[in-house]
Formats: sequence, C-alpha cells, structure tokens
Amino acid sequence: MTRYGMVIDVNTCVGCYNCFLTCRDEYAGNDYPGYSAAQPMSGMNWMKVNEIERGQYPHVKVDHVPVTCAHCDSAACVTLDQTGAIYRREDGVVLIDPEKAKGNKGLVGLCPYRQIEWNEELQLAQKCTLCAHLLDKGDPEPRCVESCPSGALVFGDLDDPSSKVAALVASGTEVMHPEYAMGEKVTYRHLPKKFVAGTVIYGDVDEVATGIDVVLTGDAGSCTMKTNGFGDFEFEDLEDAANYTVEIEAPGYVAATLTTKTNRDIYLGEIVLQK
Amino acid sequence: MAEQDFINCGIGGMLKVTVEDGVIKRMRPLRLTEEDGGHWSIEAKGKRFTDPRKTTINTFNIAERTRVYSENRIKYPMKRKNFDPGGERHPELRGKDEYVRITWDEALDIVTSEIKRVREAYGPAAITAFVSSHHNYGLLYYKMGPMPRFYNILGYTQLLDNPDSWEGWHWGSMHTWGWYWRFGQCDNFDMLAEALKNTEQVVYWSVDPNTSAGGYGGQETVIWREWLRELGIGAIFIDPYCNATAAHMADKWLAPRPGTDAALAQAIAHQWIVDDTYDHWFIDNRTVYFDEWKDYILGKVDGVPKTPEWAAPICDIPAHTIKAVARQWMSKKTMLATGSMYGTAGACRNSYATEWCSLMVHLAAMMGIGKEGVNIWGGTAHGAPLDMRFKSAGYSDCGWDVFGLVAKQPTFPDRNSVTQRVYRLSLPEAILDGHIEWLGEGFCVQYPEQQFKKMQYPEPGPNGAEIRMIHRHGGSFISTMSDTSKWVRMYQSPKLEFVVMQDCHWQSETKFGDVILPASTNFEHQDISEWAQPGGYGNGNVNCNHRILMYQQKCIEPLWESKPDYQIYCELAERLGFLEEYTEGNSEEDWIMKVFDITDLPKHISYEDFKKKGYFVVPSVPDDYKPTISNQWYYEGRPVDTPDRFNPLADTEHATEMATPSGKIEFKRTILEQYFPDDEERPIMPRYIPLFEGHETKGLVEKYPLIIMTPHAKFSYHTHQDNKIQWLDDIRQHRIIKDGYAYWPMRLNPGDAEARGIKDGDIVMAYNDRARVLGVALVTERCRPGLLHSYQAGAKYDPLEPGNADSIDRGGCVNLLSPSRYTSKNACGEANMSYLVEVRKWEA
Repeated sequence: MTRYGMVIDVNTCVGCYNCFLTCRDEYAGNDYPGYSAAQPMSGMNWMKVNEIERGQYPHVKVDHVPVTCAHCDSAACVTLDQTGAIYRREDGVVLIDPEKAKGNKGLVGLCPYRQIEWNEELQLAQKCTLCAHLLDKGDPEPRCVESCPSGALVFGDLDDPSSKVAALVASGTEVMHPEYAMGEKVTYRHLPKKFVAGTVIYGDVDEVATGIDVVLTGDAGSCTMKTNGFGDFEFEDLEDAANYTVEIEAPGYVAATLTTKTNRDIYLGEIVLQK
Repeated sequence: MAEQDFINCGIGGMLKVTVEDGVIKRMRPLRLTEEDGGHWSIEAKGKRFTDPRKTTINTFNIAERTRVYSENRIKYPMKRKNFDPGGERHPELRGKDEYVRITWDEALDIVTSEIKRVREAYGPAAITAFVSSHHNYGLLYYKMGPMPRFYNILGYTQLLDNPDSWEGWHWGSMHTWGWYWRFGQCDNFDMLAEALKNTEQVVYWSVDPNTSAGGYGGQETVIWREWLRELGIGAIFIDPYCNATAAHMADKWLAPRPGTDAALAQAIAHQWIVDDTYDHWFIDNRTVYFDEWKDYILGKVDGVPKTPEWAAPICDIPAHTIKAVARQWMSKKTMLATGSMYGTAGACRNSYATEWCSLMVHLAAMMGIGKEGVNIWGGTAHGAPLDMRFKSAGYSDCGWDVFGLVAKQPTFPDRNSVTQRVYRLSLPEAILDGHIEWLGEGFCVQYPEQQFKKMQYPEPGPNGAEIRMIHRHGGSFISTMSDTSKWVRMYQSPKLEFVVMQDCHWQSETKFGDVILPASTNFEHQDISEWAQPGGYGNGNVNCNHRILMYQQKCIEPLWESKPDYQIYCELAERLGFLEEYTEGNSEEDWIMKVFDITDLPKHISYEDFKKKGYFVVPSVPDDYKPTISNQWYYEGRPVDTPDRFNPLADTEHATEMATPSGKIEFKRTILEQYFPDDEERPIMPRYIPLFEGHETKGLVEKYPLIIMTPHAKFSYHTHQDNKIQWLDDIRQHRIIKDGYAYWPMRLNPGDAEARGIKDGDIVMAYNDRARVLGVALVTERCRPGLLHSYQAGAKYDPLEPGNADSIDRGGCVNLLSPSRYTSKNACGEANMSYLVEVRKWEA
C-alpha cells in the first residue's frame, strides 16, 4: 500500500525559497474542490523556510530548514478533531475537508507544530495537502519537490523499499520534536545541532597550524580531529547547551585548553599556541 | 472551461503556463520526456552524473503570474495632468504630478506630434530613447528589438550603455589577455565535465552563483555545486559578505574589506613566488613581462614587497590566513570561479576594478590556465556538455536590431542617420550641463581600442543637438545607475520638453513621464527564443542543463489597455509614415517564422509542430563528442577549437593566440602604453589602488566610516520583479515588513550595530553627502566588520517628498548613495559597488 512521505536534507537546501513561492503559486487564488479551497493571495505559509545563521564572524554558515505539515500517521489533528473534518487517507495524506471544516477555528490549535493556518476570508482552517490533487492526477511529486533545484526535498512511497525516500529513511532521519511521537512522514536529515570551531596559530612564526590534533570532550565522551590546511577545526552535530572542553596539542608547543558551552554555535576564534 | 497549458519564458527560466477561462492560474517548470532527448552524463571520480530531467525556475519567476496581474501594472495610457503640449509643460512637476487617463489615439497623437515638432525644431539628434537592459524575455521583444529598430529608422541619438555587469573586466582584463568580444572574460565551454573529473578545489572570488549566476538560467546550476560537494571538491569563497553560496558550502570564507581584492591578489602572488609553486612553464611560454611584474610584487620597484604582511592591514585579514589560502590554492588543481556573464557579487564594479580584474588573469596564468582541472570558470555556472554548434539565435547576435537577423534591410549599424551618441551613465549630466565627454562606444566588443575612442555630446557641427525628448522603454535606473538623484533633477530640467514612458509597470521613473504608454508582458504576445542565450558577446554562455528553443506562446490577451511593444511601435511608425519599412510587411508571427528558418530547427521539427509544442530540446552531442575546453587550446598551443562564434582569431594564422598585441597573456597591459602611458589610475602594470571612497580616504572616512557593498540582488532580476511581486516581500532576505511597509534590508555586523544602538529589525537610514535611504537593519555575522551590505536594484523609489531630488527615499534605492565618478578617469564604468556611508537608527 502506498504511503507517501518526504525527506528534507537540510545540508542540501540552498535557501532559494522556491518551495515557499511554488506552494503559493499552486494554491493562492486556486480552488481544488474536494481537496482544498484557495489560499488567500498572501499571508499563508503552507511551506515555509526557516533560516538559521550559525557561528560568528569569520566562521559562519547558514542552514535553511523547510517546514510543512508532516502528514503524521498518528496526527494529533486527526485524533483530536471531533468533527471528522480532518482525516487521513489510505495513502497517508492528511487532509482538511474544506466543506466540513468551515467556520471551525478550533482546528488551528490542534497541531503542535502549528502547521494549520486560518483563512479569515473563507473562515477556514487550511494546511499543506501534499498536492494530493496533483498526485491523484498522476504527478510524481508535490510542487515544492518539483521546484527544488538542489534535490533537498525527496518524495515518494515510504513503503516501497526501492524508493529513494525509503532508502533515506532507512539511513536515519529525524524529526524536530520526537517527543510528539506522531509518526511524522516528513522527516529530516542534518537538522542543525551545534558546532564548536576554531583556528589554531603557531604564535612564534605566525603561521596557521595544519594537521595537528584537537580533542573535544563532552558528557558523551571525546573525539579527535586534525586542523585542516587553513588551521581550522570544526566539531559538528554537538548537543545544544552542553559544556565542552577543547584541547589542542602540537609538538614543541604549550598545549591549549579551552572550555565553552553550546548555547549557540561557537567559533572560538584564533587560538595561538606559544612555545 | 478546461485548463490549457502554454509554453513561455521568464527571465529566470522557461515556464509551463496554465490558463483557465483566460486567466493564468499557475506556472511550472518543464518535465522533459524521453522523446525530448538532450540526455548527457559525466563519469567522474567513480561517480556518474546525469542531466536533470526537469527544468528549474529561478525564485523570482515562480511567482511570475503575480507580476502579470500586479496592482502596479499600467492599465491605461496616461497623461501628466499639468503637461499641456500646446501650452505650459511644467517640467518642474515631473515626479510629483498627477496623471489623467487618455485614449490610445490621444496618447499616440501626442507622441507623434512631439516627435515631429522636436525633429523640426532641433533636428533628429534631439531625441533619445533607451530600454531596460533586461525586459520581458524573448528574442524579438528584448532590448535589441522593437525600440531600436524603430528609432534607427527614425534617426535618434543612440544611448550607449556602459558595460555595467562587467566593468573591470571590460576596461581592465581585456588588455591583459584579449577576449574583447566577451568584455574581457573568457568563454566557458565544457567546464562542468572538466571540473568534476579533474578539479580538486574551486576558489569563488566575488561570485555568488546560487544568487545571480542563475540569471536567465534560473537555478539550473545549483545541482552542479551539489555535485562538486559530493566529490569533495573544496570551496574557498572570497567576498566581504558571506554570500548565499558561501553560507551554504564554503570550506573557507575570506572577507577582505570591500575594494581591497587587488591587494589580496598581489599578496597571494607574492606567496606563490616565494614558495616557488607557480607554473614556470606556462609563464615562460604563454605570457610576457612576468619578470617585470614579479619585481614589482617582490618590492624591487617601489621598495614595498606585496607580502601577506603588507596586505593584512589593508584587507583586514591576518597574514597567516592569507598565506594559508595561497598555499592551499596552489597545492591543488583549482578552478578560479570569478567573473561570469552575470557579473555576480560585484567587485568588478568597484572604483579601479580594472586592477583586480587584470590580477585575476595574472593569478590564473600563474596557475597555468587551461591545463587539466585548472581554469577560470565563470561562477561555476556555464559549460554543460551541450551541442553548442546547433545554430539558434541570440538577442545580441545582430547588434541593435535583432530583426536584422532576418530582415531584408537590417537597420543596424547604418540606418540611423544620426551619428551623435550619448552615454547612459552620464545622461543626467548631458542634459543638465549640456555637454559631456567620455571614452568608448558603450559595450566595446568589436575591437580592443574601441573603448579608447574619445566621445562627446553634443556632436560638434550641424548634426549635433541637445536632447529635448526622451522615450524610455522599461527599466529603472534610479536603482541601478550611479548617484541617481541626478536622474530626478534631469527629468525636471526644462531642457527636456517631452518625456514618454513605455512600460508594463509603474516603476521608479514612470512618474517622471509626460505620457505613459501601457505595454504588455511577454505572456500577452508571442515570441521565439532560446533559453538563456544572449548570443553575440555571450554566445555559448548558456547556463542551463539543456539548450532549449522555445516558441513563446501567447497565454492571455493583453491586460487592460496594454499593447505589445511591437504593436505600439507599429502604430507610431504608421503615423510617422514608415510602417512598411519598419515591418517589411511582417506580422509578429511572420518574424518568428523567419527566425525559425535561420536556425537548425527546420532540420529537426516542422514550424507547425514547434509552434504547437512550444519548445525543442537540442539533441545531445554524439557519443564520440570531443569536449573543447576553454583555454585548453591555448595551454596546449593549438588553434582555438571552441565553438565561440565571435572569436576573430579562429581559423586564422593567429588562432593559437590571445587577442593581445603580443598574442600572449600580458603582465603589462601594453596596449595602454600607446594610448594612456601616464595614467596612474589604470597603469600599464596592474596594481592595487585604494577605493576612491574607502577605508583609507582621510577626511571622509571619519564622517562615513562604513563601506557599503551593493551586489546584484538575489530575489529580483535587477528591478524586474521587486515591487511587482508582493510575495517576495515575505522573504526576509528580500524585504522586511515593518509597520506595514516593506523595507529594503541593510545588513551589518553585530559589533557595528551595537555601536550605533541598532537592533535587528530597526528602521535605519543609510546616508552620506549624496543621499539618504531608509531600510531595515538585518544584523548578521555574515557581514565583516565595517561593512554595510545592501543589494542594488530595489525597484521602489519612494521619496518622502515626491519630486524633491534630495528627498529621503523610503523604498531602498541604495544607488542614490553612490558616486558619479567613473571606474577611473579613462575607464568610464560605473563604480557604484562600494563607497563610504554611515547608518543610524531612524526616528521618523
């Protein structure tokens, strides 16, 4: 049985906002009877992109996290809605019946991810439909996936072991709130965690220190990496708000030890080793 | 009524347009079928990369239907209320007058009678007309189309465009290594496969391909850079701002102060000399005058070795980092991704940018450009393995009359009876002061000395005349030219007796017109085109995964009372008595059919099928296709073999050479010895020269301590989409809505913000002696200290006091702040990328 889902790879998302605008292009002012009423011409974000800037000058990167309805297998909105307006199809798509839902503002609060929005003009709760009206006509994917230029959005049948999306899920994906335990079918790879980075310098000769060992220690243990050709190191995918110690050793130099806490991504700056 | 799909093309990608009941409902990319063909694959480092089987659309084109139906569309012909062509004209009210609706007959009668009156009173040279650089896409309707053909026949002062996207390359690197037919940049054939197979590292110097190398090619090459990452090909970015591509994929980001890139380049060269890691063979065999330049770099000429320690305080990058980058660069086979058809992140528009651009070629020469895996690769955004020999037509293939490709009588270059010219960058001075002098014939792509030609306005003698009438066809220079409050003053000059604005939307300059003619978008008429194919000076620079020719089908009827541009000029030509010459009896579709016939399309598809289907994908290269990689022929000492149609040396006895006096890459720009031997601002030997408004400018930097940078915008193709597509205002990196108004972002570093009491989201005012512009602060670590980053080309000129040239602008046209001064005294380019400003929190 087909069970539609999507995997979003944050590392591959370039932050082009194609998905955001494409969703609006499909739905703003366009009715799909039986599936969805039109979005208003502006204001709704069934697919939105969150921009997360990480680090401090000059060690900075930006992650973009597209967010949409996860069409959960055990969706809170389906479970809690007493009116039957929100329902899950056999293929896993979760829809809000635009007729049955009319006037019911209470539906908006049912999603802990806040993916249900209110259309004031139509007095209607609305959300992403996974472009079910297109899938049912034979399109291979929703429009957001179609317009993604980097391949960050992958869509398909989660129950088809040969599908790319199933393979990605098997390799390990995550959700933003595992504690909701709703069987989200839009899952993520590479959701941003925290990094600790720095640049090591040999103080006596004013050169970057390449290929030397840097050891990071936290509650979960230690790991080691070598500085690269720019003297940089970066430990990624670390815990949020955790304490870490960084130890840098180079033969002939006094070892350096720094401590930090990952309340945000940390660039420790230039760490100058002295003889 | 059932839905119907049409094929058309935006400025950022081809579009499948769905129409229902005469209304555009949505636009989608194209999924290519097996039958469409155009497949390719590249085997590289144990992996196989194949062409995506769907096209992409650049972000700003996805909401294209809202541009078509924008509330900013001009619906009816309008006349300025206080303009009476038979009485008082009140030019001083331009910019703050009201408009009344008139009929097309009334509008065209006024335009026609004004054309006749001005010609009678002052001569044909008293009229000028100009188009936007980037209007609605389509071969026939683009900038070299209906307007120039009309005015070539009528006779007018042609406005010469400064080579805006390429300034430093055009005025500088052209003299280092030729390539004058491409603005001093090389071509980019077959680069993708070469990079995937053989390159180990890419240095992106002042490029942001995920932002603007998209250009006409949409997001086509985004996937290429994901492939580079997949193969572990390193990425070093050099840009004062951590641009969109850098923020996504940089392994190392270097942020020199704006305008100090040439100093950084010199220091890198110094390190390569000291480490002795550069390609001696290439220098000895393929370049000249290296030893003289090497002496300069080593400090033997002026006593100042251009070491990383020397560059460090100039660039504000530690010397040890400069050294490390220089060593990493030379330790691997590296592509230098700089320049590109789309000029991207802007260092080529700095003052003295000629020096940095030439130095990029110096560094490429020291790498041994053209050997395996090593090249200049314009923004990593060109060079898929496509059949570039399939004959199509590009909009700049025929100079300023694209109809000339198929007309019995092309009107360019000889039909225009007027020999007087005026220069776009200095048009306001021309009108206001009555006289300008400059060098060069605009896009100087015909021969290297063309840009040295002394020009003046008015033309001396009986055929010269001051301009009295402007006919403007689309576009918005207040956002894209320099020191642009002078454009407001210009329009208000009593010397300009008549101004007509022809456009689809109300833009920054529309409200300075006396008569306004509503034009239709490309979706409201037909055209023919190839996706992303400029032809001419950009031939072969298709930055897409396929070559696709399109029959741009008419999707809807012209909206309100708008008319397609070709029709407007036909009606004017008829009134002026030259309709037959203008059209040669051809309808819009007749021209399309004639263009179809000169391409290779008829070999593959009938006209009827092409018109019905709307597109044709150029077939794949044959299995035994041999790539012709740019510059590889030069490295190997072979005759040039790329399909660059405009290389004049191809198939001649000089075919193994660069188009320089010596035939080689020149470390001294010897052509300048003859023309400008004493020019300190563009010296024979390239060198770092500080910005004329930069961190070293005493007396000014104390007052305006921030350096602004204004690269090409991300979510609008220049002014084309901004302020017409409201959805873009919901993207915070494009505009920030505060108190109900969509402001232009102004980015600064947290330290600079805090020092000024500015928080993220505050309304701020950027200012200097020239202007005051409002925006909303976007506080970000992506800005190096001392930098104010704000994209150019905000299309909303919204003065708090309409009609006052010195008014604060609320809309975010940062180019109001920029200086009039040229790139340098003999390089007449726009130098509006970086200059001094201050910013403060704005209290109304």
